[in-house]
Amino acid sequence: MPILIDLFLTFAKTGLFTFGGGYAMISLIENDCVEKKKWITDEEMMDLTVIAESTPGPIAINCATYVGYKKGRFPGAIIATIGMVFPSFIIIFLISMFFDRFLEIIWVANAFRGIKIAVGILIVDAAVKMLIKMKKKPIPIIIVVCSAAAMILISIFSINISSMVLMLAAAFTGIIVFIIESCAKKGEEKG
Amino acid sequence: MIYLDLLIGFLEVGLFSFGGAYAAIPLIREVVLAHGWMDEEIVAYMIAISESTPGPIMVNLATYVGSVKGGIPGALIATTAVVFPAFLIILLIMVLLKKALQNKYVKAALGGLKPCIIGIILSTGIWMIIRNCNISLNTKPDFLTNGLTCVLAAVYWGSRKIVKKGISPIMLICVSALVGVVAYGI
Repeated sequence: MPILIDLFLTFAKTGLFTFGGGYAMISLIENDCVEKKKWITDEEMMDLTVIAESTPGPIAINCATYVGYKKGRFPGAIIATIGMVFPSFIIIFLISMFFDRFLEIIWVANAFRGIKIAVGILIVDAAVKMLIKMKKKPIPIIIVVCSAAAMILISIFSINISSMVLMLAAAFTGIIVFIIESCAKKGEEKG
Repeated sequence: MIYLDLLIGFLEVGLFSFGGAYAAIPLIREVVLAHGWMDEEIVAYMIAISESTPGPIMVNLATYVGSVKGGIPGALIATTAVVFPAFLIILLIMVLLKKALQNKYVKAALGGLKPCIIGIILSTGIWMIIRNCNISLNTKPDFLTNGLTCVLAAVYWGSRKIVKKGISPIMLICVSALVGVVAYGI
């Protein structure tokens, strides 16, 4: 199959099964683009997640553009992005035109309750996979625990703090640790 | 003009929504209400629809608002506008900033960011499961959802442990939709 068609179909499929925001989609992209088609490596997937999360815009779009550009340059990026958007565009357009009380249809509501369970599982799955691949050093582990705890506290007490604050703090910590480590190394070399 | 308003409004949303959809929802609410496109109640309904239909939530919201306010052209303009900044930024990063990603300070910052994002995603997933199952001190837990969550999780991870291919994430979504219709319908 020509790569552009493959990109379109793969991301249209991903778009069709992305529920509850970008995090559950990470599992889907991992399954297709890393495990099955081997378009990107594990490490690239991790970088991609970090880049998508720290740039504005829907995470799904960031991912589609990234993989599309890697496999098919500029046309690939456009096709993959359009593929990702296509199913939601059609579905939402139809709903907005024809279904006034879409969520009140009882079996639709029940199906969504079921899907919500799957979304929770897939998000935890994505995180656990990344956790397994992460280098087990003390500082990254501390950052994982602290940011997870902070997010849970933010949710429990519905505090109005964006996850961006946490991410800035983590990036800052990364730089400080790097500076301290390289100073320590220099000190050792001198001594 | 409505098309120009949609274009500018959703470019703004696409450009300032860091950290995914849950950060973007308040932003979209603000833009929609500030333009007087819809009233509060319809916005709330629209957000509920966008959260439960497939696709990126931001894209769903943009298509929804666009099509209600401006038909097919409106939907196309709003959707393109919300996607464009993300598309452009990723292209720029891949074409121009590849070298910057090799810089040792950028690498150090990314080294701090990675575990933080893993933590954020992990806690988002756990929190979502807790809220689904209605676990809290004051209310009775939802035993049916608790049970379904355990069974589905066991089947998903179990199948992936036993066979290498196992159940794919898409299969899990289909199965759980079906389970939802049956279990909550009775």
